[in-house]
Amino acid sequence: MKKLTKLTSVVLSAMLAVSMLAGCGDTASTSAPAANSTDNSAEASAPAASGDAKTFKIGAIGPFTGDAAIYGLAVKNGADIAVKEINLAGGINGYQIEYNSQDDELDNEKSVNAYNALKDWGMQVLVGSTTSGCSIAVSAESSADNMFQLTPSGSAADCIATDNAFQVCFNDPNQGVASAQYIGTTGLATKVAVIYNSQDPYSSGIYAKFAKEAENQPFEIVSAEAFTSDSKTDFSVQLQKANDKGAELVFLPIYYQEASLILTQASSAGYSFKFFGCDGLDGILGVDNFNKDLAEGVMLLTPFAADATDERTQAFVKNYQSNYGEIPNQFAADAYDAVYIIKAAIEAAGATPDMSVSDLCDAMKAQMSQISVDGLTGLSMTWDAQGAVNKAPKAMEIKNGEYSLIQ
Amino acid sequence: MKNYFSKNKDTLITLGIVAFAYVIIEIMVKQGAISSLFKGLLVPLCAYVILAVSLNLTVGILGELSLGHAGFMCIGAFTSAFFSKLTVGVINPDWLRFVFAILIGFVFAGLFGFLIGMPVLRLKGDYLAIVTLAFGEIIKNLMNVLYVGRDSKGLHVSIKDAVSLGLEDDGQILINGAQGITGTPKDSTFTAGFILIMISLIIILNFIKSREGRAVMAIRDNVIAAESVGINVTRYKLLAFSLSAALAGVAGVLYSHNLNSLMATTKNFGYNMSIMILVFVVLGGIGSIRGSVISAVILTLLPELLRGLSTYRMLIYAIVLIAMMLFNWAPSARAFRARIIAKLPFGAKKALNEEV
Repeated sequence: MKKLTKLTSVVLSAMLAVSMLAGCGDTASTSAPAANSTDNSAEASAPAASGDAKTFKIGAIGPFTGDAAIYGLAVKNGADIAVKEINLAGGINGYQIEYNSQDDELDNEKSVNAYNALKDWGMQVLVGSTTSGCSIAVSAESSADNMFQLTPSGSAADCIATDNAFQVCFNDPNQGVASAQYIGTTGLATKVAVIYNSQDPYSSGIYAKFAKEAENQPFEIVSAEAFTSDSKTDFSVQLQKANDKGAELVFLPIYYQEASLILTQASSAGYSFKFFGCDGLDGILGVDNFNKDLAEGVMLLTPFAADATDERTQAFVKNYQSNYGEIPNQFAADAYDAVYIIKAAIEAAGATPDMSVSDLCDAMKAQMSQISVDGLTGLSMTWDAQGAVNKAPKAMEIKNGEYSLIQ
Repeated sequence: MKNYFSKNKDTLITLGIVAFAYVIIEIMVKQGAISSLFKGLLVPLCAYVILAVSLNLTVGILGELSLGHAGFMCIGAFTSAFFSKLTVGVINPDWLRFVFAILIGFVFAGLFGFLIGMPVLRLKGDYLAIVTLAFGEIIKNLMNVLYVGRDSKGLHVSIKDAVSLGLEDDGQILINGAQGITGTPKDSTFTAGFILIMISLIIILNFIKSREGRAVMAIRDNVIAAESVGINVTRYKLLAFSLSAALAGVAGVLYSHNLNSLMATTKNFGYNMSIMILVFVVLGGIGSIRGSVISAVILTLLPELLRGLSTYRMLIYAIVLIAMMLFNWAPSARAFRARIIAKLPFGAKKALNEEV
C-alpha cells in the first residue's frame, strides 16, 4: 500500500509537471496567446483581427518595475505614441503595426526572458532593450535569431557589437570625445574634475573616452571621483576633493537626478564650479523641489530638449503629456524615433510582414547604412556599418531657467 | 541489491523525478512543442534548483541561517566566466573548457566558503545571518570595482577605473568594473544543467546519509550533546558550509555561461537573490531536498507565466507567494490538507502516517 501511494505521488507530480509545460507550450505557430492578446488590445491600437501575418509586430523591452522604471516606461510610452501615429496615418507600406512591451526588471537574465516572451508573441522587430547591460545580453540572443534590434537608449559600444543591432542614441565613446573636444577648443577651463557613476556603463563609458581624449586637449583632469548606484545621495566628498585640487569645471557624465543633488550640495558648500554634462543632464530643470537658479550656466550636450520649439517636438510633448501626464524625457524621444527609423528602414527595403524574421532583418540591415531619418533627437540621422548613429550633438546652456542652444 | 534500493528509496525517488522531468522536456524540445520563453528558462531553472538545494544544506541540515548565498554564486560566476573569456579559443573543444570552468567555479566558491566560514561559523542564529549578509554584499561590491585587462604584456589589474589599467591600443578589457564581463561564451546547456543537478543531488543526499552528515545534523539538534560525544563541531560545520558554497559556485557557472553580459547587481548577486533562494528553501520545506527542487522550479516559472498580466505581474506574484506559503505551512492549512487526503481512497494510510 505504501509503495502504491509513493508511486501515485510520483505519477501525480509528473502529471503536474507535464501540465505546467503544456500550459506554456507552443504558441509561436498559432496566433498570439489569449493572455497576451488581451494585453495587446489595451496597449496597442492595432486592429484585433490579426491572426494572420498582415501586421508588423514590434516589441519593446525595458524595466517597467523597480529602480529604473522611469526609463523603461518612457521607452514603452514613447514607442507606443509613435506606433499609434503611424497606424493612424496608414501604417508601414500599408500594413498596420502591432505593439507589445515586456518588463525586464533591469536584470540581464529577465531581459532575455522578456525577449523570448516577445518571440513567442511573434515579434519581428525589437525596440530594446532600454539599458545597456540588458541590451548586450539580448543582442546575443537576437543575433542568433537574426532579428532586427534597435536599442533606443542602450549607449554602450558593446550594444551594437552584433551586426543586427543598431542604436538611436549617441554611443558613449562619441559623447566623451565630443565633450572633451568642446571643453578644450572653447577654453572653458584648464583644470577639470569629473564625478561619474562607476556602476553605470553609460557614465563610466563616457568618462573612459573623455579621459583619453583629455590627454590631447589643453586642460588637465585634476580629480576623477566615482560613485555607485548604492551611494548616490551624498557627494560632499567628491565635491570637496574637486575644490581642493583647484578645479574650475566639473564634468558630469551622469543622469540628472544625481546631478541636481550635486548642484545643490555644491551651492550649499559655497563652491562655484562651472558644470558641464552630456545628454543625461537633460531633464534637470524638471526635477521636483530643485532650485532652477542653481542650474544657471550649466552646459550640456544633448540630442533632445522637451521645450524645443520645432513643431514635431511640441506635438510629441503635448501628446505624451495628455496620455501619460508627464513631460517626456530623452528616453521617450529615443523610443519614438526608433519606431520611425524602423518604419523608414522597412519602407526603404519594401518589406512585407509575411517575410521571415531573418529575411526582414537582412533587408532592413542593408538599408540602415543608406537611409537618413529626421527625428526628435536629431535631423538627418545616418548609421555607420557598425550600427552607431551619426547625428549632430546640440550644445545647450541653461539660461534664465531654460535650455538655449549655444551657437 | 534489493537492500540497497529500499535503503536509498528516498534518494532514488528524488533523482527519478528530476530525470523523468528532464526526459519529458527533452522530448518536447525535440518535437518543438515548447515556447522560446520556456526554452530560455531551462538553464536558469537548473541554476536555481542547484542554488536552492545547496542552501538547504546550510539551512536545513546544518541549521544555520545564511543570507549570503548569492555571494558564493557570484564568485563561481565571475571566476569561471573570467577563465572562459581568457581561454576561449585556447582550450578546445568547448565542452572541455566548460568542464574546467565548472571545476574552477566549484573550487573558488568552496575556498571562499571555507575562508568566510572560519570566522563566521563562530556565531549563531541571527548574528550569523547578519554577518553572512554582509559578506555577500562585500563580494558583490568587490566585483563592482575590479578591472582586469589583457594586452601583449600580460594581465593588468586595477581597482580604480578602466583608464588606469594602462592598456595598449589593442588591449582587451576582461572585467570592466561594474559593467562586469561581456562576451562569455554560451556554454551552458539544459543537458549540462541536468547533469549538474543530478551530481549536486547525489553529493548532497549522500552527504546527509553519511557519517559526516549525521554528525552535522547532531550539531544542528544539540551542540553540547554533539560535543560531548566527541564530534569536532568546527570541522563539520565548515565542511557543510564550504560544500554548500561550492555547489552555489557551480550554479553561478551555469548562470554566467548562459548570459552574454554578466554584471554584479543587487538583483542577481545581492541580498535580493540570497533571500530569493532562502524563499525557495523555506517554501519547499527546510531540510527537504526534494521540496527545494520543486519550489525552485515553481517560483522561477511563476513570474514568467504571469507575463500576461502586464504591470500587475510582480504584485500578483507576491500575493501568490504569500498564498502558497500559507497553504504549505500554516498549521490550519496543513490540518485541512490532511483531512482532504484522508478522504481520498489511496490517501487514508498516508494521512495516518503524517499525523503520527
